Amino acid sequence: MSKTLIRGARVLGGAPQEVLIENGVVTALGTVAEAGGATVIEAAGRILLPGLVDLHTHLREPGREDSETVRTGTRAAARGGYTAVHAMANTFPVADTAGVVEQVWRLGREAGYCDVQPVGAVTVGLEGKQLAELGAMHDSAAGVTVFSDDGKCVDDAVIMRRALEYVKAFDGVIAQHAQEPRLTEGAQMNEGTVSAELGLAGWPAVAEESVIARDVLLAAHVGSRVHICHLSTAGSVEIVRWAKSRGMPVTAEVTPHHLLLTDELVRSYDPVYKVNPPLRTEADVRALREALADGTIDVVATDHAPHPQEDKDCEWAAAAMGMLGLETALSVVQHAMVDTGLLDWAGVAERMSFRPARIGRLTGQGRPVAVGEPANLVLWDPDHRAPVEPAGFASRSRNTPYRGRELPGRVTHTLLRGRATVADGALTDAPADTPADGARA
Amino acid sequence: MKRHLISAADLTRDDAVLILDTAEELARLSDRPIKKLPTLRGRTVVTLFFEDSTRTRISFEAAAKRLSADVINFSAKGSSVSKGESLKDTAQTLEAMGADAVIIRHGASGAPYRLATSGWIDAAVINAGDGTHQHPTQALLDAFTVRRRLLGPDGGLGRDLSGRRITITGDILHSRVARSNVDLLSTLGAEVTLVGPPTLFPVGAEGWPCEISYDLDAVLPKSDAVMMLRVQRERMGGAFFPTEREYARRYGLDGARMARMPAHAVVMHPGPMNRGMEITAEVADSPRCTAVEQVTAGVSVRMAVLYLLLGGAQPPAGQTPAAEPRGARPRTEENH
Repeated sequence: MSKTLIRGARVLGGAPQEVLIENGVVTALGTVAEAGGATVIEAAGRILLPGLVDLHTHLREPGREDSETVRTGTRAAARGGYTAVHAMANTFPVADTAGVVEQVWRLGREAGYCDVQPVGAVTVGLEGKQLAELGAMHDSAAGVTVFSDDGKCVDDAVIMRRALEYVKAFDGVIAQHAQEPRLTEGAQMNEGTVSAELGLAGWPAVAEESVIARDVLLAAHVGSRVHICHLSTAGSVEIVRWAKSRGMPVTAEVTPHHLLLTDELVRSYDPVYKVNPPLRTEADVRALREALADGTIDVVATDHAPHPQEDKDCEWAAAAMGMLGLETALSVVQHAMVDTGLLDWAGVAERMSFRPARIGRLTGQGRPVAVGEPANLVLWDPDHRAPVEPAGFASRSRNTPYRGRELPGRVTHTLLRGRATVADGALTDAPADTPADGARA
Repeated sequence: MKRHLISAADLTRDDAVLILDTAEELARLSDRPIKKLPTLRGRTVVTLFFEDSTRTRISFEAAAKRLSADVINFSAKGSSVSKGESLKDTAQTLEAMGADAVIIRHGASGAPYRLATSGWIDAAVINAGDGTHQHPTQALLDAFTVRRRLLGPDGGLGRDLSGRRITITGDILHSRVARSNVDLLSTLGAEVTLVGPPTLFPVGAEGWPCEISYDLDAVLPKSDAVMMLRVQRERMGGAFFPTEREYARRYGLDGARMARMPAHAVVMHPGPMNRGMEITAEVADSPRCTAVEQVTAGVSVRMAVLYLLLGGAQPPAGQTPAAEPRGARPRTEENH
């Protein structure tokens, strides 16, 4: 019987408390009198949050193990304070069958650093033409409920409608990568003053907004849930706000990088800033922060997108799109949202743990810090300050846009069902904790 | 002067005037029986062309050879990726062969900037056209040509283009020539107007240091120079304009339109021309058209750029160091 006592941590940023964990479950909270034999974590000054849940992670396995594997990606997740990640479907082969999603799910269990909840492709091969076997993926051991062709947009309105309707049978959700393909042919960066000057083909905001507008209307029409991936423009915020005000069944995510970085960085032509959707303007960043604060945007999702060095060490047009996110997400959120007064720590827990778990219908994750709940927890030192040093990353890749930038905070401990995946800031050795019933009840 | 020439926007007014004045000096060389200076003897200049552009390449090659540099031509047609070799490896290979300067033409905007700033190589980088971004020596040769025509070869020395009205017409969206010229000509004090159909302007051009017009006829009488950009026929596939005929009717320069220009105004074209599309043969062959002079100017201007970028860095013993304040004159060698 394992026992851990966390002393002096500020639960969700509140007053310091003691938390007792026995056999992976929180058994006492407040003042713990008797904790004989417990491993003690002194956590004065630290923030205790529920383990973070990422709705949007690219683990790259199977197929691109040169950039990330389930093991390296979940180690990166643990370092970032995550206890569950949703693994996107754009692997090789595509996660469009029960076999592939089960493989990814099993690899996650074997690694043991973080629950891996596979996302299934909406269409076969992400080609947007024929529905993948959504039901078979749901019924598999992986229990898929989130479906996405992320990386590509489900641009055919009929396919999108059918997918939304079909997943109602098992309370699934379609996570849409909103990008009108014709408006973004050859697009390289946000369309605006910077693209005009740099001579890089523009990626207009309307290419995202028009798809979101269509899809909230479709979701409302068929009465199914749609989730908008990596919303990036002020106009998208307005559409989602309007849809929510009408009670439409839409949720939305924003990435850490869209909360902080702008297209001005592209002036360097350094492809580490090349990402889909592209970095937008200062006005967009402001609108996204406000929308995350007021709940228009439900969650922060990393869109962690590892790429090997050779895919970034080249001219802009030839480079791959995407940037790392897992190991810096909470630092960026503290910097952009907490230190600016836009969000308190309870708000961070809501947007990075509770709500993403609810959207993904995970039952064993994103739970309150309370007696009887699974001890998926992260301890955060908000006063830590250091420049981001990618050499120390657990990810196999190094394509972080924050290299050398000073960001606040760091994870000191991550607990997955009571077992430390990160302790004193370092990954523990193969925690290999096999959940009794997986993340899902 | 900086160590590289990547964008016309990097040049100050004084930098630009120094290049134009140096080019005037060097242009005189072509009147001599021996058209060669020893300035870059022993230096190696590589032309690295990922896109076909025989005109630009031989212009740089002629410029480098007249300064006695060794020239290596590296043609890497197609993208580096389709070749399977990265830009980084190609550049490092060239430097390992001793390149002092790399003149690069690349289809990807920003490739020369990457080469100059990524730490991959130490050589000076000269942008010979990148994607739809910049083509600074084209802008310099255009400025050289227009200064000569409007102010005279001697009258122009030391002077910029203050108050001159220059109109650039055509496919602004896809044109590195337009971007470079807006930057350089405005730095030199000219009033620049861009003309074309709205579909061929980039979103975001509103902030550029120039006027934007969709009406060529309204702008022509107020122009001292009218530059016609090549319009690629394949743009029709992107629905940028309905037909070639309609484009030519609204934005092409013919004899009747040319007659609306002031008597002193010149017609410019960076070449190669689409006769019958953006310019009629009547205009192209008229004495007001500077297209051929622009080619000659290209060699002089590229000599000036090489001279100023490389000549001052490690002057061979007994050579005139370049990149001195204006007034420093290239030394000629009569019997080489």
